Amino acid sequence: MVLETVEQQAWWPAVWSLLKIVMVLVPLLLGVAYLTLAERKVIGYMQIRLGPNRVGFRGLLQPIADAIKLMFKEVVVPSSANRFLFLAAPVLAFVPAMLVWAAVPFGPGMAISNMNAGLLYVLAVAGLGVYGIIVAGWASNSKYAFLGAMRAAAQLVAYEIAMGFALVGVLMAAQTLNLTRIVEAQAGGGFWSWYWLPLFPFFLVYFISGVAETNRAPFDVAEGESEIVAGFHVEYSGMGFALFFLAEYANMIFVSVLTTVLFLGGWYPPFSFAPFTWIPGLVWLLLKTAFLLYVFLWIRATFPRYRYDQIMRLGWKVFIPVTIVWIVAVGVALETPLRSLLR
Amino acid sequence: MTTVLFYVFSAILLGSAVLVITARNPVYSALYLVLAFFSAAALFLLLGAEFLGLILILVYVGAVMVLFLFVVMMLDINLARLREGFLRYLPLGLAVALVGVLELSAVFWTAPLGRLTAPAGSLSHGTSNTRALGTLLYTHYLYPFEIAATILLVAIIAAIALTLRRRPETRTQAIGEQLAVQVRDRLRMVDLRESGK
Repeated sequence: MVLETVEQQAWWPAVWSLLKIVMVLVPLLLGVAYLTLAERKVIGYMQIRLGPNRVGFRGLLQPIADAIKLMFKEVVVPSSANRFLFLAAPVLAFVPAMLVWAAVPFGPGMAISNMNAGLLYVLAVAGLGVYGIIVAGWASNSKYAFLGAMRAAAQLVAYEIAMGFALVGVLMAAQTLNLTRIVEAQAGGGFWSWYWLPLFPFFLVYFISGVAETNRAPFDVAEGESEIVAGFHVEYSGMGFALFFLAEYANMIFVSVLTTVLFLGGWYPPFSFAPFTWIPGLVWLLLKTAFLLYVFLWIRATFPRYRYDQIMRLGWKVFIPVTIVWIVAVGVALETPLRSLLR
Repeated sequence: MTTVLFYVFSAILLGSAVLVITARNPVYSALYLVLAFFSAAALFLLLGAEFLGLILILVYVGAVMVLFLFVVMMLDINLARLREGFLRYLPLGLAVALVGVLELSAVFWTAPLGRLTAPAGSLSHGTSNTRALGTLLYTHYLYPFEIAATILLVAIIAAIALTLRRRPETRTQAIGEQLAVQVRDRLRMVDLRESGK
């Protein structure tokens, strides 16, 4: 009798998919937990404070303490809220934030699903998170929550167009929607063959739109604690609030990873000679992502919040025209000898 | 497996589509419509038409329905008054439904059934159907495509032109002027020693 290997069993593909999902989501949630600590530490030092330093060595157990606190807090449902939608909204925000990771490539062949239309998939799914915010704002039956939801909806629609155009530029240059092949199209030299250079306007527009889409400072008018208390999640406590929080931070990590994949060469080292090529690709991907996450925190500690009309002006009147012009430029470049800059 | 999934998604699609028009709360209606779009996208994916499925989610769920919800949530709708004209408008609704049924049956009558239900993947020879669709749109269907694009552009401009109200009395920032300000426009240095003499 011939022994079958594990890979030949009928149940193996399903188990392998589940394993891959666990291998992505567990580090992701740990990353989210420690991103909150990093945020408080980084902003603390930028403001000449120490940040949390009481729980564990230098505050390293602070995220665990926060998680335990949030899990055991009572979930309060306001008496005139729409109970079902109020409880469903955090889930609606959290699920898309996890779903987008299905298409993210962490290395050559290292993705939960190496789908053909990966770029389209992440753009489509990333836009769904706003339903959690809108539904939360409406179901809370509170004017502050509602104002936050309205702001989030208008902001999302404005910035998703600019974001989509930026991604159109990337797919024109790479000639594919497959995220793995987009990274492979950036191989060659070192960091100067990555797309941030020929597609520099798209790089900026995508990253700034990413900051806006995750409702982070300076675009956090949906929360706007000085005007509308805490915006859409003002009525939430305990795990309901925690899910919104997890979704926001997971989205931050996602925008950083996707910016790395699309514009910063994914898992390729910045120089293609000896000491840099010894370090595995996953480490490079994580280093670049960590740098972009630092930029997120840096921006938050540096800039004051945009006024609402200024956000709309930036999205509609600056980003969209800039991206349209650069799409035409890329289109022209692809039909002339300049295309060697993109390939 | 695919057949089972097809029936599951079709059932969800039909159920949520019915709930869109029967739900008492318009916000629920809008959310059921989102669910209907989702199920339709899942059906496209089952047929191997990943581009159509994802674009449906991206455009309708990601943008159009967000704006719909935006508007619906701000309305304070009195359901009793909405139902008042139900019987009066019923014949009109039935007539529209009848036209729809006739058109659909005409399609099914003329086109062979196999072509309507064949997976879209089999149409494109080996390439991804996103590429196949793009190639078709920009070669064979170039003129219809460009004309449709022009019509949409005209519609956008018309919508803006119709709703644009110039309100000279409101105060707005001239951001270009603000950014162009130089130090000497705002600050005048005074030499105090001269005046104190």
